[in-house]
Amino acid sequence: MSDKDQPVAPGPAASGVHDVPSDNPLLQVKNVTKSFPVHTTSLFRRDHEFVHAVDDVSLEVRSGETLGLVGETGCGKSTLARCIARLYDLTSGSVTFDGTDISTKSRREMRPLRRQIQMIFQDPYGSLNPRRRVGSIIGDPFVIHGIDSRGDRKQKVQDLMELVGLNPEHYNRFPAEFSGGQRQRIGTARALALRPRMVVCDEPVSALDVSIQAQIINLLKDLQNDFGLTYIFISHDLSVVRHVSDRIAVMYLGRIVEVAPASEIFENSRHPYTRALLSALPVADPDEADRRERIVLVGDIPSPTNPPSGCRFHTRCPKARADCVKTDPQLGRAFDDGVEHVTACLHPLAVGEDLSLSRPQIEDSEILRAPTNPEPETSTGGMP
Amino acid sequence: MALLEVRDLQVSFDTPDGVVRAVRGLSFDVERGTTLAIVGESGSGKSVATQTITGLTRGAAISGSAVFDGTELLGADIHTLRKIRGAKIGMIFQDPLSSLHPYYTVGWQIVEMIQAHDRSTSKAAARKRAAHLLSLVGIPRAESRIDDFPHQFSGGMRQRVMIAMAMALNPALLIADEPTTALDVTVQAQVLGVMRTLQEEFGTAIILITHDLGVVAEMSDEVVVMYAGVVMERASRRTLFYRHHHPYTEGLLASLPARTQPGERLTPIAGVPPSLIRLPQGCPFAPRCRYAFDKCLTQTPPLATVYEDPGHQSACWLSADESVRETQRTDSYAEKTSA
Repeated sequence: MSDKDQPVAPGPAASGVHDVPSDNPLLQVKNVTKSFPVHTTSLFRRDHEFVHAVDDVSLEVRSGETLGLVGETGCGKSTLARCIARLYDLTSGSVTFDGTDISTKSRREMRPLRRQIQMIFQDPYGSLNPRRRVGSIIGDPFVIHGIDSRGDRKQKVQDLMELVGLNPEHYNRFPAEFSGGQRQRIGTARALALRPRMVVCDEPVSALDVSIQAQIINLLKDLQNDFGLTYIFISHDLSVVRHVSDRIAVMYLGRIVEVAPASEIFENSRHPYTRALLSALPVADPDEADRRERIVLVGDIPSPTNPPSGCRFHTRCPKARADCVKTDPQLGRAFDDGVEHVTACLHPLAVGEDLSLSRPQIEDSEILRAPTNPEPETSTGGMP
Repeated sequence: MALLEVRDLQVSFDTPDGVVRAVRGLSFDVERGTTLAIVGESGSGKSVATQTITGLTRGAAISGSAVFDGTELLGADIHTLRKIRGAKIGMIFQDPLSSLHPYYTVGWQIVEMIQAHDRSTSKAAARKRAAHLLSLVGIPRAESRIDDFPHQFSGGMRQRVMIAMAMALNPALLIADEPTTALDVTVQAQVLGVMRTLQEEFGTAIILITHDLGVVAEMSDEVVVMYAGVVMERASRRTLFYRHHHPYTEGLLASLPARTQPGERLTPIAGVPPSLIRLPQGCPFAPRCRYAFDKCLTQTPPLATVYEDPGHQSACWLSADESVRETQRTDSYAEKTSA
């Protein structure tokens, strides 16, 4: 990535996290919550429980940067993306795009703004209508927004196809005639048709083979450089996110637990969850794989319907203490971190601290522990 | 003698579009107690090959041989296969939810499996064994969870149940087809750990089919790299990562984001894999290969020993031109190999 819009402001640090930096952010997400009702088992009672997929999330995205959003299944990263693109209505909170609050806009009011925020989806098979020709799929945005006459449109679509590395002569083909990587290019062309300023990429390369994945990542980078695009890049694959992002936000159970410049996340993460996530990532290097101390989290992600009290990660955290069960930590700076690096942890990790040596110090019978689990051992690659 | 010896396995399917040649002459050995990783991209034939060995590809045209512990599996009658499958060869698949029956408790399914192969086991004994297996794979409170249905388990726990079932009769070979692809990284680490522990305890051989080179680096002893139905390269784990020969292996490793500095351009393999119906002449990788020359386009290279290492084979004409080739390699690999 070019060094433009260097996100780490070297200048005097602003006083708080919520202060608006001098360069106004393109997107501002404030206290966004999105809940979905779940029907309870009773047929006649109309009680609803709620899944808090995204719970009180705030973040900013600056013009021209790539914000990576990582987390495991069910952490709410895709829901947050859809809230930002206004594919979902928010339960509460606000999303401000380029100074305009888009969270309360009606469908009709939203329409002109949709030209500016587009989305690329994960599944290149499910996100293209199989019965329509590629040319008309990519040309849809022009039709919907009433741009250009029919004659111009074909030319524009073919230009777009060329831009994303498709053969313009394939204008009349169906999606089934393309491979997974090519379909992702079609989805990208469609997203770029109206020259958006921001593109939300929801796991754009997860369904692709590595050799093809690299092609698409390069394409997205080129397009960003050429058109000054701002990306929100969602992935569960940390190595991909590191590669494309300027800053990374880590989510767990509907909350953001850490935000920092990409290199900081990898070299100096403060939150135990971030550290554990990084250590679980398989590395394609046998020597490093053998050498690495792995932090194995016990159990699975708890249900977001009834999240744990206090810090939501305390049920799996190797460094959990008594106060973690009661106090819900807020995002803030730890140690002498810059304003760019915030974490929501009561006992953040110091530089070089070895999390694999930590043991939870809480009494909680509810915590799932495998009986045969002799605690995550410290031996290399030690596993339960 | 190796536990499983596969020789010149060929599998093709007749489809309305033409004959799909999914596996075209695959040979490999699996030694007892070791892990063989078969790595390749979608459509490389890695899953079809192992499914054929266990008799799961009905309707396919099959030739070659696969000898497991002295028994020929290809063309074996159903009774022979039934005695081996499940009992001597365990299998786990990518999606644990569709591999488990939704209407029966996991305990019932494991008990059924044990009793189907060993009628002399009483139901109570089988149930006890099932509970023991579940705790062995790290399922908390196994005695009570044995009566739960598959939907009551999370993805990682379901995969553990699958592993418990596959290991129920202490098989000599476990075939794991993308066992952690559907799982999150933290859960993947747990499941891979379970597989490793069980292997150490019972001396099970594992065939691990995956597209994830990270998993290969952590789990395997030997690696087979497949492309378009044939083996491109076969080597021990460290050799494959640090002293690989085939341009396809090189391309796969080079396209990994972790192998490139953040922000720099990735090095993808150009183009797309060939159609298995209309395969190119010569080396199947030649159209995408940056080292390809005339011969590659007309003659198929045989799998031959390279670098004078009997455990290292590569199907590439470049082997003759090693000195030329080394100069074209990127420096990072050269550093690794000299270390």
